[in-house]
Amino acid sequence: MNAIRVSLLHLRIGVMNELQYRVNFALQVLQSLLAVATGLVVLWLVYSYTAELNGWSESELLALLGIQILMGGLIRALVQPNMLRLMDEVRDGKLDYALTKPVDAQVLVSVRQVEVWQAVDIVAGAVVLLVALTRLGGDLGPANLAVFAIALALGAVMIYCFWLVITTVSFWVVRMDHVNELWEGVFQTGRFPVGIYPGWLRFSVTFLVPIAFAVTVPAEAVTSRLDWQTFVLAAVFAVVLFAFTRWFWRFGLRNYTGASA
Amino acid sequence: MTEVALVQEGRFRALFDFYVTAMRTSIQQGFQYRVAHYMYMLGMVAEPVIYLVVWSTIAEESGGSVNGLTPGYFAAYYIVWTLVRNMNIVFTPYGWEWRIREGELSGQLLRPLHPIHYDLAWFAGWKVVVIVLWLPIAVALSLLFDPSIDVRPLEILVFAVAIWGAYLIRSFNQSALGMITFWTTRVGAIFQLYIMFELLLSGRLVPLQLMPAWVETLAWLLPFRWTFFFPIQALVGDLSDQELLAGLAMQAFWTCVGILVFSLAWRKAIRQYSAVAG
Repeated sequence: MNAIRVSLLHLRIGVMNELQYRVNFALQVLQSLLAVATGLVVLWLVYSYTAELNGWSESELLALLGIQILMGGLIRALVQPNMLRLMDEVRDGKLDYALTKPVDAQVLVSVRQVEVWQAVDIVAGAVVLLVALTRLGGDLGPANLAVFAIALALGAVMIYCFWLVITTVSFWVVRMDHVNELWEGVFQTGRFPVGIYPGWLRFSVTFLVPIAFAVTVPAEAVTSRLDWQTFVLAAVFAVVLFAFTRWFWRFGLRNYTGASA
Repeated sequence: MTEVALVQEGRFRALFDFYVTAMRTSIQQGFQYRVAHYMYMLGMVAEPVIYLVVWSTIAEESGGSVNGLTPGYFAAYYIVWTLVRNMNIVFTPYGWEWRIREGELSGQLLRPLHPIHYDLAWFAGWKVVVIVLWLPIAVALSLLFDPSIDVRPLEILVFAVAIWGAYLIRSFNQSALGMITFWTTRVGAIFQLYIMFELLLSGRLVPLQLMPAWVETLAWLLPFRWTFFFPIQALVGDLSDQELLAGLAMQAFWTCVGILVFSLAWRKAIRQYSAVAG
């Protein structure tokens, strides 16, 4: 309970901090619009040559695009800033300050930083998704929507775990430059359903970098192609990954000696 | 030889020596940080691999080719893409913004050479490192995606020149764009708009044959295709000898335009400069 209270407090401080910089909002809106526009051009180009890509129609792929943008915004707003800060602090030895606090260290390092303007992408993604769902015109009952919401949440947790595992590696490998670029590049694979990729890549972006669980699976939920086995697999994998992350984080922490102290 | 000619020759010799030394330094530094470079280059491989998989899938699903382009062609196109993309990385407007905001430029203005020489030489040295590091990536991607490529000696020669032409054109264009930062240090928005147009009109997103006819016509009138589509096509396409040489001529033309625009912008911009936080 204490952990949740601390998280919410940090979230509030972070949001208030960021709200001071309003020009950043306008810039973020422009950036999101450009990202959506580029995505739409790609979609239009692809479907000017074909009616179906790997069994996905244009509106279905639009829904996937919306979810990818939404998930990207979520990660950039809440997960990435914390992890990048953690990497810096491990390098500079400033993590000492966080470790001496009487709260679970994993909770603390995961909630300290928030980039609220990135939430524009969450809204942009949701709008794209809504447009796609309207065009699809299918009848999504409350059950479907619940499955979608759970799949999305599981996906977000898995991406968080992935980031924390990678960041934990910085206890051993101090220089982690370009991890962010590497991530941004790989996350773009989520713009298309995982099924179109060749086997080695499909495996990588499902189990090594859980983008397929974070984007394709929720998209399958809203385009009524999700079978229950996949859903159960997502849930099990999320639990296993979370447990592993927790263990790995503690293991890494034992290796931390404090660079400057 | 007249005295003026001697002075001129001395100046060129000095500039040449400067480029050789600066490039050598940057090559050595580049190899020192090769792991970081590799992470960066691997991150960039994701983008062409996605395009490649999507268009190969479409080609296969529509009976082996789309608009006459086969999966083998797409594989060759996007593998060469990875090198051309790396050659296109130059000193950005963000770099100019940083330089001006932090007052870095003040010190650079005191040096005997124009700052652009330092950028050009530095990044050119880095490109040598990139080309060496790229070779294993190209081999790995070729094993994975099976490109069909059939090159003539002239194509290789033109490609080897064209990637450096692309480097020059983009260097001058980006630096010219960077001049805007002398007036405002919020160049991000303009730059992103520029990047989007470049993405669509250069051949970075798809080979330009796949674009609607009017887009292809528009692309002819702009510099972007000569930094991206042309070098790739020189190697993987079926360009005639005339087309290959005409392409190099277009690159020379756009390099001159780039130098001209940059010099004009620089002359205006430098008067605006009043060292921030110098």
